[in-house]
Amino acid sequence: MSEEVRNNTDFENKPLCLSGRGVTKIFGFGDKKTVAVDHVDFDFHEGEFVSIVGESGSGKTTLSKMLLGLSNQTEGQILFQGKPRDISSGRKKKEYWKGIQAIFQDPFSSFNTFQKVDNVLLDCINMRGGKSLSKKEKFDMMTEACNFVNLKFAELTNKYPFELSGGQMQRLMIARIFLLKPKILLADEPTSMVDACSRATILDMLLNLRDETGMTVIFITHDIGLAYYISDTVYIMEHGKFVEYGKADEVILQPKAAYTKRLISDVPKIHEEWDLSTVDQLSEN
Amino acid sequence: MKNTLRQVFHSPKFVAGFVIFALILLTMIIYPLFNPGNPLEQIGVGTFAKPGTYVSLYDAAKSPTETLRLADANDKRIASRLSDSDRVEMVEWFKIMNVSVEGLDISDTDALIDLWSANYDPSVRPQGMTNAKVNYYKRLNNQINELRSGDSILIADYDDEGNLIESKKISSEDYVNTKSVANVKFLPLGTDNFGRDVLKELVSATGTSIRIGLIAGIVATLIGLTFGLLAGYVGGVLDDVIMFVTNIFTVIPSFVLLILITYSLGQEQRGATVVATVIGFTSWTWTARSVRSQVISLRNRDHVNLSKLSGHSLLRIVLMDILPYIASYVVMAFILQVSSGILAEAQLSLLGLGPKTTQVPTLGLMMNWAMLYSAHTNGSWWAYFPVILVISLISFSLNLMNTGLDQVFNPTLRD
Repeated sequence: MSEEVRNNTDFENKPLCLSGRGVTKIFGFGDKKTVAVDHVDFDFHEGEFVSIVGESGSGKTTLSKMLLGLSNQTEGQILFQGKPRDISSGRKKKEYWKGIQAIFQDPFSSFNTFQKVDNVLLDCINMRGGKSLSKKEKFDMMTEACNFVNLKFAELTNKYPFELSGGQMQRLMIARIFLLKPKILLADEPTSMVDACSRATILDMLLNLRDETGMTVIFITHDIGLAYYISDTVYIMEHGKFVEYGKADEVILQPKAAYTKRLISDVPKIHEEWDLSTVDQLSEN
Repeated sequence: MKNTLRQVFHSPKFVAGFVIFALILLTMIIYPLFNPGNPLEQIGVGTFAKPGTYVSLYDAAKSPTETLRLADANDKRIASRLSDSDRVEMVEWFKIMNVSVEGLDISDTDALIDLWSANYDPSVRPQGMTNAKVNYYKRLNNQINELRSGDSILIADYDDEGNLIESKKISSEDYVNTKSVANVKFLPLGTDNFGRDVLKELVSATGTSIRIGLIAGIVATLIGLTFGLLAGYVGGVLDDVIMFVTNIFTVIPSFVLLILITYSLGQEQRGATVVATVIGFTSWTWTARSVRSQVISLRNRDHVNLSKLSGHSLLRIVLMDILPYIASYVVMAFILQVSSGILAEAQLSLLGLGPKTTQVPTLGLMMNWAMLYSAHTNGSWWAYFPVILVISLISFSLNLMNTGLDQVFNPTLRD
C-alpha cells in the first residue's frame, strides 16, 4: 500500500528547500546543561515528504521549534532555499513565516478560544496579501479552503473553535495551510490527539496538499509505522542526533541502527504476538 | 461570554457580595437626592449630638397645642429628668444622713423620690459639705418638687411700659404635634465633633472612599498588568529588569513607602485623587508577579505560536492571544486591589496622612476625627462605629465577589 502513496521520485536532484549544518540546541549551562539537539545535518528537498521519527524527549519538538524560527539554535546554520536563514528582525521573521507554516499536536490548544473560526481564516488571507479583496472573494476563498478539508464553511462561520470536534479543528488547521500555501509545512504530531478515522483523513489531506501545491512536508511523529506509510524520506532521531536517515523503504525494511530496529519492533501488529525481546536486548547493552 | 456571566451570577457568594455592594452604591447615589447640600456643613455648634429627632423648642412653644391626659406622663417626666448622676448624689445624701439604702434600686424612681422627700431637709447642713454641694441639693430638691407638683410653666414678656406680663402658660398636659412644628431635624446618626450630620457625611465619605479604591485599583492593575505582561511575554533581560524592580518594591513594606510618599507630598498636595494614585503606585507588585507567572505558562501554548507564525505583532499577540486568557484573573486581582485601596486610605487617614481635610470626607478621615476628639472614650459610638461597619461591609462584599469569581473561573484556569 505504501507504493500507491509514494511515487519513487529521486528527491536528491530536486532543489533544496530547507537544510541544516551542525544545528545544535543547548538548554541551561554548567551542571544543568542539556543538549536537546546535537549537531544535526539535514537536507529537505522541494516536494519531499519527510518524517522525523523518535521517541519522547529525543529532541523532535525542539528541532521543529528551531526550524520554525520560534527559537534560535545555539550553534550551526539553517539554510532556507539554499541561503542562510535570516530571522534577526520582526519583519524578516514575518517574511520567513510566509515560507514555513506549522500544524501542532493538540488541536484544542492550537486555537485562540476567544476568536471565531472566520477570523482564523481571514488572518491567513490577509497574510497572503488579500487584505484588499472584496468580501465575496474572501468568502469564496474560505469556502474553497473548507471544501478542501471536507468542512462546510457555511456551518462554521460565526462559531468558536471549541464548538468543533478535535478532528474538525485539525482539518481547519489544514484549511489554514491551504490558504497560506507555504513552501514548507511542519506537522508536529498532527494525528496523535485525534481518533483513528480522523487520522487517516488528515494524513490523506496532507498528502493531497503536498501533491497539489508541491510543498515540502516535514512530518514529526513517534510512530515509525505511520512514517513508513506516508513518507518519502525518514530521519530517525535518538538523543538529539540523527542515527539513521534515507529513503523510507531502505531505512525501515533494512534498518542498520539498533534504535531503528527497536522502534520497528515496537510497532504493534494485529496478527502477531507483540515482540518485546528487542527491548530487553537494548537495555542489556 | 454570556455563559460565563450566567455562571458568575449563579455563584451564591458572588451574588451576595454583589447585592451588598450594589446596595451601598445605590444608597450613595439616592441619599444625596433626598438630603442635598454640603456634607461638611456644620449644623451643630456643640460636639457629638446624640442620634435622634430634634424639635425646635422655640417653634414648639409657639405651636398650637392639644390637651392630652396621659396617666403615666408625670412618672415618665420625673424619670427622664432625674439623671443618673443626680440619683447617685441622692444616694450619697442618704448615706450622710445615715439612712439605710439597702435594697434600694436607683433606677426605681418612685422609691427614690419617696425616700428623698422623707429624709431631705434643706435646713440641715452636714459637716464638711461645700457650699456648692449644699446649693446643688437645694436645686435638686426644688426641681423634684416642681416636677411632682405638675405646675404649668409661665412664659413672661415685657409689655409697652416695661413690666413683665404673662404671655403664655404651658400646662403639663399640653402636647404639640411634631408635624405642626416648623423645625424638626431627624439625625439618625447624630452629629460629629464639628457638629456635622454624621449620616450625610458617611454617605459622602463612602462615595469618596470607593472612588479612591477604584482609582488605586485601576492604577495598580494597569501598572501591574503592563509589567506582568511584558516581563512574562518578552522574557530575557526585560524580564530580569522588571522583576528586579518588582522585587525591590515587594521587599520594602508598601505601607511604609506609602507613608513616606504621602508625607513628602505635603498637606496642600494631598487631594483624594493624589492619595489614591499614590496608593496605586505602591501596591502593583502583587498583580505584576502573578500576571507574569500566568503569562509565562501561556506564552509557549500552541495558539500563541500559531499567532506568531501568522505574523502578528507583539502588541496584538499580547492583547488578543494572552490577555483574554488571564482576563478573569485580572478582574479578580482588580477587585482585591479596590478593597485594599479603601483599607489603605483608611489606615493612612487614621495616621493623619489622608486627603486634605477641608475638602471631602473619607471613611478614614471620619475615623481620624472621631479618634482625635475621643469619641471612643466619651461614648459617642455614632461617630466611628457606622464608619467601621461601612468599611467592613465594602471590604467583605468585594472579597465575597472575589471568592465567588474564583470558584467560577479556577477550573478553566487550571486546564
